[in-house]
Amino acid sequence: MEVRELICIGCPLGCPLTVRMDGEEISVSGNTCRRGEDYAKKEVLSPTRIVTSSVRVKDGVIRMVSVKTKSDIPKNRIFDVMDEIHKASAEAPVAIGDVIIKDCAGTGVPVIATKAVDKA
Amino acid sequence: MMEHDIVIIGGGPAGLAAAVAARKAGIQDILILERDSCLGGILNQCIHNGFGLHTFKEELTGPEYAARYIAMAQEEKIPYRLNTMVIDISKEKEVTFINREDGLSTVKAKAVILAMGCRERPRGALNIPGYRPAGIYSAGTAQRLMNIEGCSVGKEVVILGSGDIGLIMARRMTLEGAKVKVVAELMPYSGGLKRNIVQCLDDYGIPLKLSHTVVDIQGKERVTGITLAEVGPDRKPIPGTQEHYDCDTLLLSVGLIPENELSRGIGVAMSPVTSGPEVNDCLETSQEGIFACGNVLHVHDLVDYVSEEASLAGKNAAAYVKAGEKKAGRKVAITAENGVRYTVPQTLDIINMQDSVTVRFRVADVYRDRYITVYYDGVPVIRRKKKVLAPGEMEQIVLKKESFSDYPELKNIVIRTEVE
Amino acid sequence: MKEKSFDVVVIGAGVTGCAIARELSRWDLKVCVAEREEDVCSGTSKANSAIVHAGYDAVPGSLKARFNVEGNRMMGDLAEELEFDFKRNGSLVLCFSQEDMPALEELRQKGIKNGVEGLEILTGDQVRAMEPNVTDSVTAALYAPTGGIVCPFGLTIALAENACENGVEFSFNTGIRSIEKHDTGYVLKAEDTVLYADCIVNAAGVYADVFHNMVSEKKIHITPRKGDYCLLDKEAGSHVSHTIFQLPGKLGKGILVAPTVHGNLLTGPTAKDIEDKECTATTAEGLAEVMQKAGLGVKDIPFRQVITSFCGLRAHEDGDDFIIGEAEDAPGFFDAAGIESPGLSSAPAIGVYLAELVAEKLQAPRKETWNGKRKGFIRPEKMSREERAALIKEHPEYGTIICRCEGVSEGEILDAIRRSPGAVSLDGIKRRVRQGMGRCQAGFCTPRTMEILARELGVTMEEICKNAPGSNMLTGEKQEGAAL
Repeated sequence: MEVRELICIGCPLGCPLTVRMDGEEISVSGNTCRRGEDYAKKEVLSPTRIVTSSVRVKDGVIRMVSVKTKSDIPKNRIFDVMDEIHKASAEAPVAIGDVIIKDCAGTGVPVIATKAVDKA
Repeated sequence: MMEHDIVIIGGGPAGLAAAVAARKAGIQDILILERDSCLGGILNQCIHNGFGLHTFKEELTGPEYAARYIAMAQEEKIPYRLNTMVIDISKEKEVTFINREDGLSTVKAKAVILAMGCRERPRGALNIPGYRPAGIYSAGTAQRLMNIEGCSVGKEVVILGSGDIGLIMARRMTLEGAKVKVVAELMPYSGGLKRNIVQCLDDYGIPLKLSHTVVDIQGKERVTGITLAEVGPDRKPIPGTQEHYDCDTLLLSVGLIPENELSRGIGVAMSPVTSGPEVNDCLETSQEGIFACGNVLHVHDLVDYVSEEASLAGKNAAAYVKAGEKKAGRKVAITAENGVRYTVPQTLDIINMQDSVTVRFRVADVYRDRYITVYYDGVPVIRRKKKVLAPGEMEQIVLKKESFSDYPELKNIVIRTEVE
Repeated sequence: MKEKSFDVVVIGAGVTGCAIARELSRWDLKVCVAEREEDVCSGTSKANSAIVHAGYDAVPGSLKARFNVEGNRMMGDLAEELEFDFKRNGSLVLCFSQEDMPALEELRQKGIKNGVEGLEILTGDQVRAMEPNVTDSVTAALYAPTGGIVCPFGLTIALAENACENGVEFSFNTGIRSIEKHDTGYVLKAEDTVLYADCIVNAAGVYADVFHNMVSEKKIHITPRKGDYCLLDKEAGSHVSHTIFQLPGKLGKGILVAPTVHGNLLTGPTAKDIEDKECTATTAEGLAEVMQKAGLGVKDIPFRQVITSFCGLRAHEDGDDFIIGEAEDAPGFFDAAGIESPGLSSAPAIGVYLAELVAEKLQAPRKETWNGKRKGFIRPEKMSREERAALIKEHPEYGTIICRCEGVSEGEILDAIRRSPGAVSLDGIKRRVRQGMGRCQAGFCTPRTMEILARELGVTMEEICKNAPGSNMLTGEKQEGAAL
């Protein structure tokens, strides 16, 4: 059996959660509400995060455009995603939602612009 | 002299929301004055996600959240001036500003909305001893240099202060390849949101040292290291607990201060606790027709609440412009006591108020299992059990107009925390 | 290796070096100021009490007494000629007990001997009527109406600009490593520069002993005397209007509290003798001492409003006086050494005196044309609305505010960079036009200022330094298509 300690981020309470994993069986204790249990299960089974950064823009009125992964990606792939973002650049004009990287680091998730940049 | 119905000082989230709300309330003649080269304010550099859960029911990044409000303002064709610095506001609501194109101009407003935001506390305010080399940044300055200018501000980093910007920057710098060695916090609790501690520090194994501070900065040209020490209950360093860290950068996230130079210039009454103007339930300052909202009023954690508060200021400024003059009412002071540090608003007009008024406040310390109790002239009227209260998380309580019907002679409203 | 010959090389572009350079520029001489830092006013001159002392403190007959009183008398006219900030706000030396009264009277007598005018002993109540925040424990004070406050950066930069205008060269990043005496004069070697000079003026602050001892057998010894200061927000600037000293007594020399010409409040310094000539780090003990002792004479100082603290080194010579003049056993080598307090006050007078000695030595004639006037920086904040509007119309760059706290425009920053000698670092801009010197301490304006400086100097953002080479603000730039 594997045991993991987490802090719930559902609300300011910050309950200390203990998650016990025994094969398929997952039990959560320390939570004060249902949200704690849901959070803990997701965190131990498939933790994901949205990654945000910024990339350089060619010919834009500003130098950088902010970007994010369109949906959350597996937490253990964050640095792979960042490696690809580091290599990327965009060309003005850029609109919010424009795809900057189609499939970032094989996650199947695109990286999109979160800011509009006009052409200089 | 040009005249406008409403002049809004600042085109960040507060100014934009106030402008949109004022327009929706029927005011055509609005002017936003923004000192930066674009609208959206500090949100433009907050490229992380987590904004808008309340307002738009989805999780947006800062620039996306700003873009929504910029779009609303543009749809409403609200005029704005960029790269424009307001240098003076008179009691008569004459607003003097400068920019390249117009030079120095003064316009007269029927109502003014203050939405200038806040700034970061600098190193000097902490009086940290040591050298004064390059590489000491307030977290927001570093954030701007990284996210807007595309610069790398440091490779080996220590962060003092666990405010939200500091936590966000710990993650941001880690993602950009820097090594964030430690985040030190003077207080025995973090000033940031719990989710930021988990997602910005724990995710990356960055240690958070509570009750620690920087006691020395080394390096003559660029930072070469810092010394941390543990602090006692008096927040003074405990001898013998010094620990050295090699680093080239020290980021400071040690608090935000509402930027009220203009407000002070007008002479509006200021709260020594919030460092913002004192306001009534219309978010109007002590100077009639001058309103305040957002971080210039008090520092918020969530932009969603800034938008909400600013909309209210915009709506009330519109009502003021339309009515011309205020109806006589009954102004009652709201007193913060026993663990409640302050409230916004500080007064309430129980006759002319809206059906309900949201009173926002912060507590002085981390409390568990306490009640928030509201007294009308000594009578407990509202009592809420709170599992946990923390200074880093703004609280709010809604006062309904109908609740005052039994208290026509009301003199004082008190909000306090109570153990039992 | 660059090689250049001059009639005179001045070592050090602090206030003393710049004052001497400006005075030397009156004569038909080829003059160079060699400075190890990237800009003028980068050592002791940038971190001191910013006081123009009246001159009652120094021992009668000493060089300190002579040059202090002379310098004080010159400062008013000089401020007009060179357009730097100076104010004769008067000073008070506080006395806390009846038994110290003789010492206060002694101070007055010293002042009279030194030629200080208008000295007066006031009762405690008279003092409190002038300065309501002086504590109740003050029993009397010596009032010196000629005492003043000055912007040490403004003074030094004005002297340097005027010297430059009149033909003096400045060689920055030129730390002199060795000086050799040859038949025809001196050879000064820096890392990548060799300077030949008939005469040398040694105005090297805490390093003046090192250079003196390179050429003279009559060794001198300078101890860096470290002093910590706290600078408070402009909101606290009117807490006192005079410069408030404490009578040296049982509690040591005391800590001064003074307004600055820019409207801040300054308190300090501590006094600790150290050996390290580079140690400009403040200490927790030092800062605590400043706050504690300042409170003895002035009550309710709002130390919550400290915006920065800093540390300066005074160049204290063992003989406890200035060393000014030609070294006995090194003809053509002139010292301005041991220039500690009242060095800032004395600088203009030292400049006149030493320049005349050097000119006489080299038998140089006066220049036929010499312009002693220097235009100060345009300061839109001090203008009337009409003047400011007209200025922006003509020069739109004065309409873009970069530093919010101090209201500094792009125009002023460009002016700071484009002058000679101009700013090449963030600190250089700060000292010239106060960008970043306000309450946010450059939080907002740093990125914008870095951009302007990079653009003007034609360098990348990563090359921008806070001050000396090595103090780069950035550790790299995100390149397109490349990881950091």
